[in-house]
Amino acid sequence: MNIFKVLPVAPEQASERAFGYDLIFWTITILAVVFTILVFALVLALAVRYRRGSSADRRYPVYHSNGIEAVLTLVPLVLGLGIFAWSSADFVKFRQRPKESMEIFVIGKQWMWHLQHMNGIRENNELHIPVDTPITMTMISQDVIHAMYIPAFRVQYHVVPGRYTEMSFTATKPGRYKMLCAMHCGTQHSEMVGFVYVMSKSDYARWIEGGGNRYEPRAATMVAAGEQVWNRKACGNCHAGMDTVRGPTLNGIFNAQRRLTDGSTAKAAPDYLRESILLPWLRLTKGYETTMPAYKGQLTEEEVLQLIEYIKSNSNTSTSGSPQPYSAPGARTLPTPTHPENATNRANRYGSAGVTQSEEGAMNAR
Amino acid sequence: MATHAHTADPDAPAVYEQFEDIDQQQETYILGMWSFLVTEIMFFGALFLIYSIYRWQYQGDFYIFHKELDYVLGGINTTVLLASSFSVALAVHYAQLKKKRQQLLALGFTLLCAFGFLIIKAIEYGKKFEHSKFPNDTFVWDAAKYGGDPEHARLFFSLYFSMTGLHGLHVLIGILVIGYLMYLIAKDHPVITDYVPTELVGLYWHFVDLVWIFLYPLFYLIPK
Amino acid sequence: MSAILERTAAPDPQVKKNYLNADHTLASWLLTTDHKRIAVLYLIGVTVMFFLGSLAAAFVRFELTSPRGQILTHETYNKMFTAHGVIMIFFFLIPAVPAVLGNFLIPMMIGARDLAFPRLNLASWYVWTISAVIVLTGLIMGGVDTGWTFYTPLSSLYSNTQVSLVLVGLFLSGFSSIMTGVNFIATIHKMRAPGMTWFKLPLYVWSHYATSVIIILGTPVVAITLFLVVLERTFRIGIFSPELGGDPVLFQHLFWFYSHPAVYIMVLPAMGVISEVITCFSRRQIFGYRFVAMSSMAIAAIGFLVWGHHMYVSSQSVLQGLIFSLLSFLVAVPSAIKVFNWSLTMWRGSVQFSTPMIYALAFIGLFVIGGLTGLYLAAIDTDVHLTGTYFIVAHFHYVMVGGAILAFLGGIHFWWPKMFGKMYNEFWGRLSAMVIFLGFNFTFFPQFILGYLGMPRRYHVYYFAPEWQFYHVASSLGSTILGIGFLMPAFYLTASLLRKDNVAPANPWGAKGLEWENASSPPVTLNFESQPIVTENPYNYDPIEDTNKVRREAGLPEIPREDPDKEVHH
Repeated sequence: MNIFKVLPVAPEQASERAFGYDLIFWTITILAVVFTILVFALVLALAVRYRRGSSADRRYPVYHSNGIEAVLTLVPLVLGLGIFAWSSADFVKFRQRPKESMEIFVIGKQWMWHLQHMNGIRENNELHIPVDTPITMTMISQDVIHAMYIPAFRVQYHVVPGRYTEMSFTATKPGRYKMLCAMHCGTQHSEMVGFVYVMSKSDYARWIEGGGNRYEPRAATMVAAGEQVWNRKACGNCHAGMDTVRGPTLNGIFNAQRRLTDGSTAKAAPDYLRESILLPWLRLTKGYETTMPAYKGQLTEEEVLQLIEYIKSNSNTSTSGSPQPYSAPGARTLPTPTHPENATNRANRYGSAGVTQSEEGAMNAR
Repeated sequence: MATHAHTADPDAPAVYEQFEDIDQQQETYILGMWSFLVTEIMFFGALFLIYSIYRWQYQGDFYIFHKELDYVLGGINTTVLLASSFSVALAVHYAQLKKKRQQLLALGFTLLCAFGFLIIKAIEYGKKFEHSKFPNDTFVWDAAKYGGDPEHARLFFSLYFSMTGLHGLHVLIGILVIGYLMYLIAKDHPVITDYVPTELVGLYWHFVDLVWIFLYPLFYLIPK
Repeated sequence: MSAILERTAAPDPQVKKNYLNADHTLASWLLTTDHKRIAVLYLIGVTVMFFLGSLAAAFVRFELTSPRGQILTHETYNKMFTAHGVIMIFFFLIPAVPAVLGNFLIPMMIGARDLAFPRLNLASWYVWTISAVIVLTGLIMGGVDTGWTFYTPLSSLYSNTQVSLVLVGLFLSGFSSIMTGVNFIATIHKMRAPGMTWFKLPLYVWSHYATSVIIILGTPVVAITLFLVVLERTFRIGIFSPELGGDPVLFQHLFWFYSHPAVYIMVLPAMGVISEVITCFSRRQIFGYRFVAMSSMAIAAIGFLVWGHHMYVSSQSVLQGLIFSLLSFLVAVPSAIKVFNWSLTMWRGSVQFSTPMIYALAFIGLFVIGGLTGLYLAAIDTDVHLTGTYFIVAHFHYVMVGGAILAFLGGIHFWWPKMFGKMYNEFWGRLSAMVIFLGFNFTFFPQFILGYLGMPRRYHVYYFAPEWQFYHVASSLGSTILGIGFLMPAFYLTASLLRKDNVAPANPWGAKGLEWENASSPPVTLNFESQPIVTENPYNYDPIEDTNKVRREAGLPEIPREDPDKEVHH
């Protein structure tokens, strides 16, 4: 019988980052305990020894001492700077996107997590990932600010409306871990809770094979779904394979530097692409007029993410693109649905209906 | 409020009971006024910061929207306020020389300018209301005609109305304060027998003027 | 043992005129410009607000004893913790020490007859009261569910509770703070008695000077920010809402630009109280006067540069985070200096454990824990896992309850005889200090563990993690003890006012300072019967004489004094 199972004092260490994190955490704890004991002992010792009426010698009291003050300034300062340096190094590492990682797209909404895999598997309040695999979450909120928080992985990052945030981690231990919202987001904030299922690689492969989880049948891959949006909105009419007078080509632009009309440059990172889809006139590519209509209000966050993935897939040719190891192989191919008749149902339920639902949700929330 | 003079001189200004002498009282008042102006700077500062961020973010749009504002009326208002700043400085000068009539005249001119400013501002606001540029339910921005994102237009006009509105409120308070000061001077009220009250009002008025000096180029004179 | 000895001086049989009995009409209280009477008005106000805020906290703690909540709905629970935060922060912690003790003491400590602007002072109380009424109306008629931080866009576009009304109230209460801050700055600069130079100022006055600087620089920013949220709700102006082209994170920057320094508004005056109490009951000069005074100013200055440590994970850049982290470590240093200097003040002193001293020692203990747990949150990496959890809640309460409220209570006990001319029951006083210390740790220590385990703050239910219940139940039990501890002073302090046989002498503690040595208890309306002139340094106590007095009475040999031939070193 392990007392710590019933009364845990520390969360599980289930990610690559957890051990290093706990090392800093417990180092600070030791420092804190030592200093607390030091101050308590000092206060008690002085208070008892120099209590009124005691026989302790009170001659030559010290009222100020630059030496003592220097020690009192420098010791905390040096220890503090040490912790600062150590924790900063770890933080910089944590915030770096791994070279190769499996991408998960997260949409936070009042009051649920909506997660989507590259291969089209969608989950709500659940996330299945393989062990020992770097994961990068690209997150955006559809309404208020949320925070994606997985205590066992020691990771947390805000999910903000209107901009993408990113968070990477690698799970190291199969199991079920809490996935919480840590930023107050309204009435059911405390129920915006889900679980991350970390699976062994073979279990994960089987899970993928079985079409993902049982609640949300798998739809088209991110890229394929993006292509559907691209075709539905007829983006290709202006954005062709080469720059035309109507619009620049979008092939190969992902993460490239773009020259803008005002002479500055911008990196075509997801945030810029999102802005250029929704509000294209804000930062126009040099040489183009305000011809493109704004798609703000016409696309859901999910569709924008899919479009960006589609644009990105058209840039993954030789240099920038490393193949996505855990997305559907060959980014353009649709995975074969297991039961063809279900595919149409799915398309109906999760293609358009899912979108309307989320839009309605946003409306109701107002 | 009990005020009592420590000296027998009937011309000496009143010293409140918490002060030792008139010098201490004057210095305290002026320091208090400056501390208050610091809070005012921070108050407007937050708005200027917000403005700068969005101006930087939506530069092109802000250029389009600013054409809606009438820079001629704004320019006249700038002149009016600068003139009033000069006259309020004159008023302090005459207060020090104890020239009551000239002081009242200078303050009266300041008051006139302040009213003039508000009237011109009201004309400007009226036009905006007419063109549905006030950011409530009736707000309209014809993006097809002028370009720019309607929501950023809303943001621009929100900032315009909140910043010039807050400034206008300060002008209004200035009018009340200057009016009250003139009333006290005309009545030869004991608290007014030295120049410090006029100096305090002057400091406030210069601040109000200064805010406009920043508002005018930021909103009316945006370069492409 | 000690305070009683000091009380041997027979109280003056004739009831003298003082600020309390100068006039008895209601109008003489409601239209008073006497800083002491305004302090009493504020004391009544903040006490009412404190118990209202505690009531909301009691509901929160009761709900959390079960993983599925007890009686409240999610909505009501959210309104409860918001009410607790709004009331406690804006209407208790921010005004408590400055508006009650500061109002009462600053003119007395510097030898002035009143604050520089007495009518402004009264206006600040009225503005505060009106804003409190507005906010309470909003909280009762519908409530607010956004949390006291009012993060946009939840507060601007999504919440359909009484956010606007409450924010208008908070906007107004900001002006009350500003009026007090301007008043204190002008008073401390210009109204000091002859001989009261800057470095002869009591440290309490220094800490208030630093606080006032923060108030006048920070409060206007948050006032206008909160007002813009009201405009956003009314006109949908879009400054903080991404749907309308705004930036929700901008709100956080503006909010924390004030609200981080605001924790120093709450704790700096508390530190000032501790400096006064520790020196008095150690009967010696403060250790390192200049370092303690300047550390207050350093906290005020650096405190304005660390707001970003509330936003490490809210999409600021890595570099931005690192800079804020570095500055946050720097701001810890002056606080550390203060803690050690207070401790060393007892060195070769003559320490007596009166009620205010026990509160002060409890403050040091809790503030140390509060400060050290701040290191986890200043360190950008450890903060990632702990931000937004109960760890923050615990840290904040250690600094604010363990720090500000204990110091406030210590100060109230210390200056109670001066304010009301009555002695309270010393036994109950000491008992309450110890009950509060125990109950406080019992309540908030488990929350550190909860936070590390990953319990997010503002969660109503946690049925998915039943292992957290033990700590929640422990915390709730502790809060019951804490509540009893807080109720005790309310009773025995009120009782002390009603009794007749406990008249306090002018200086029951034998303390130094103009308010003790040059004024009666309670003071007369204009504070001093004659203009005080300052010649000696503050805290010019004699610990050897103090101890020898006790030893003589007990028939013990006296301890030796310095050999006058030998060179005094320090």
